[in-house]
Amino acid sequence: MTAVEIDAGRIAKLARLELSDDEVKLYGRQLGAILEYIGQLGELDTASVPPTAHVLGLENAARKDVAVADENREAIIANFPVREHNLLKVKKIIE
Amino acid sequence: MTTAFETAALVREGKITAEAAVSAALSRIKSADGEIGAFIEVFEEDALRRARELDAKRKTGAQPGRLAGVPVALKDNFLFKGHESCCASKILKGHRAVYNATVVKKLLAEDAIIVGRTNMDEFAMGSSCENSSVQITRNPANTACVPGGSSGGSAAAVAAGMVPIALGSDTGGSIRQPASLCGAVGLKPTYGRVSRCGLVAFASSLDQIGPFTSDARDCALALSVIAGHDEKDSTSAAEPVPDYLAGIEDGVKGMKIGVPSEFFVSGLEPQTARLVLAAAEKLKASGAELVDVSLPHTKYAVAVYYILSSSEASSNLARFDGMRYGYSDAGAASLAEAFEKSRGAGFGPEVKRRIMLGTYALSAGYYDAYYTKAQKARTLILRDYEAAFAKADLILTPVSPTPAFKFGEKAADPLQMYLSDIYTIPCNLAGLAGISVPCGNTAEGLPVGCQLLARPFDEARILRAARALEKAQG
Repeated sequence: MTAVEIDAGRIAKLARLELSDDEVKLYGRQLGAILEYIGQLGELDTASVPPTAHVLGLENAARKDVAVADENREAIIANFPVREHNLLKVKKIIE
Repeated sequence: MTTAFETAALVREGKITAEAAVSAALSRIKSADGEIGAFIEVFEEDALRRARELDAKRKTGAQPGRLAGVPVALKDNFLFKGHESCCASKILKGHRAVYNATVVKKLLAEDAIIVGRTNMDEFAMGSSCENSSVQITRNPANTACVPGGSSGGSAAAVAAGMVPIALGSDTGGSIRQPASLCGAVGLKPTYGRVSRCGLVAFASSLDQIGPFTSDARDCALALSVIAGHDEKDSTSAAEPVPDYLAGIEDGVKGMKIGVPSEFFVSGLEPQTARLVLAAAEKLKASGAELVDVSLPHTKYAVAVYYILSSSEASSNLARFDGMRYGYSDAGAASLAEAFEKSRGAGFGPEVKRRIMLGTYALSAGYYDAYYTKAQKARTLILRDYEAAFAKADLILTPVSPTPAFKFGEKAADPLQMYLSDIYTIPCNLAGLAGISVPCGNTAEGLPVGCQLLARPFDEARILRAARALEKAQG
């Protein structure tokens, strides 16, 4: 098995993580080693094996579409990092 | 320490007050936790107030619940309304739960008293609690050693006798491994057995909530309270909840216990192997039959797990963006930069590594090679267990390849830390029930746990065998 080269800077961008240059190097190296280990899955012949996403075989679960009062409004607002009055304040989305 | 079973009985009969039971736990925490560091926060006032309310209610003639006055600790990834819940992460520092997790509602409905929140690896990612952004937790059996993880604080709180019940969550061994390393009983119920509403999600196809206790009876009691269907968790199962205490003393006579050769290989520390195999012999002497089973795909479990759990985590943890709660970078110029800076500074190294691993595995061009491949390999592991359970009622294995290790011993190499989960991961991948039961100490005095695995929803049988093992060990 060969070490897997990955572009950690690109992955961090996709994952919305700001990393320092040292972090990009460190995680790039560590992820390469982990992916090299994971490469052993290549030994398995899975051509005719179905994938398992979920072990319970549950059907889609739905509950009745009934409005329920939420009494947590004040507590939710209290968690906002930045707010104006009772509104959540975020950066501009549309330029 | 008095067990939960005994405490609840004493409170229900009016022989002690809930306030006395809770005060005793609080003073044990005060005297022991300075050294151990199991708790991130103790809800002293709130717990005493609730205990007094319960005592007042009892005086009016109301019959208290099944966990009357029992002090319970919660891992820091459960929501308990009005209290902070932070997953031991900087990104959730200051976040207060706005509702109760379903398990919290169930505990409160049975009059348990929640006394605090316990330390963990950040977002439940780790096997030593060294990934907590808050503090380290020391193993009560040897304070130079880690307690295991990720639910290490809950395991240490029970093992040190601070509380009789603590809840944890188990995605790849995060209940069973710290239970083994600290010397507590730790159960991961079947996937779907316990509602996860109000548990911060890590890997949704694997996560499950379970209890730490000092013995199998308390474990059965705790599971009886927290199990059951919940319309707020679409993956919770409709399967009826039996009284897990009912048949717990029935023993293991005639039970077939499978011992898989693939689990007793090089890399397993010799004293651990000896103690776990001795537990198997004790169950045999109690009337069980030992059978050979084979689980040939065991060696692929770690690789499968780290692809699937990290992929699911990269998606689940996308919600932590610094916008609605927790840490938020104030200096960002744009929305995208606010996400990147909040997440870059808010998440610790292990969480970033796993988010990146998952993002990579799910990214265009790699999805089939990693994610789909791992899902297919998961099927092969599942089939191994279906075949093994055709021959055996339970499967007995080690929990951890080594007893508790020293701080820093594995922290520098993520892959070495991942490999320490090899014996606990398959249970989650196959959706089984699994327990760690103490089976003795090494010559150095470190606890070792023995793992019992069962078919989905067969927790009653696991608890019966665990109880039989406790009795056989004296």
